[in-house]
Amino acid sequence: MIDRRFIGHALPAFDVRVEAGRLRFFAKATGQTDPLYVDEEAARAAGLPGLLVPPTFLFCLEMDAPDPAAIRNLLGMDYRRLLHGEQQFTYHAPAHAGDTLRFEQRIEDIYDKKGGALEFVVRRTQVRNQRDARVAELRAVTVLRNA
Amino acid sequence: MTSTTSHILRFADLQVGDTLPALELEPVSRLMLALYCGASGDHNPIHVDIDFARSAGQADVFAHGMLSMAWLGRLLTNWAPPSALRSYGVRFAAITHVGDRVRCEGRVAEKFEVGGERRMRLELSTIDQNGQVKLTGDAVVALP
Repeated sequence: MIDRRFIGHALPAFDVRVEAGRLRFFAKATGQTDPLYVDEEAARAAGLPGLLVPPTFLFCLEMDAPDPAAIRNLLGMDYRRLLHGEQQFTYHAPAHAGDTLRFEQRIEDIYDKKGGALEFVVRRTQVRNQRDARVAELRAVTVLRNA
Repeated sequence: MTSTTSHILRFADLQVGDTLPALELEPVSRLMLALYCGASGDHNPIHVDIDFARSAGQADVFAHGMLSMAWLGRLLTNWAPPSALRSYGVRFAAITHVGDRVRCEGRVAEKFEVGGERRMRLELSTIDQNGQVKLTGDAVVALP
């Protein structure tokens, strides 16, 4: 069983710079053709400071943490038995290429179902930009299959 | 039910039950998964390495849930301006396999007002060629 003492545990904050090339690659991989996500001139013509970060890309940037396996290792969770159960985003302000975003992750909850056969880890992440404005909040539920 | 394709969406013009134009994807290919692996930074081998997938008890690699969530995100931002999006969440209900033909759907579920802002809650899902639901979720958009 995952140690419940880690409920409330905060991980060290980290900064990630949003790169235009990475956004274009993500657009290609997801079939995104809206010029706001791929064409810098179109983004600027629309009044944006750079390519727009698409709705789910903050999750990708979160994985650019110095140690993306930090929580998994901290809680001793085996890669092979993990599933992504839920993912939520609450948006406060747009993010663009050129921004440097700060991620602050916290383990919000750990609980189990089916007599411990399934364990759930809830992670909440606050994202702020280089002007210290709130950009978004992420909530991820990871499922560990013990059975 | 009506399908709304207007570029300028107005809160008053939309009703509960209205549907978003569905987004139909090409069948999930290994190339899609490889590209998403690199572009997303999610290097979990379960999505690209069949040897690893088998060692984890799976018959084959399968799609990242977040790839389907990105497709549903396209459905949303094709329909409403990206700046209208207030929240977006999904539950990963079933695995999306190589070869699956994914269809993204959405409908207006609720109209309400928060702090003077007119908002709508949309119900979202992805389903495969057999009608199996893979992702369910919802999003809130603010419209003039």
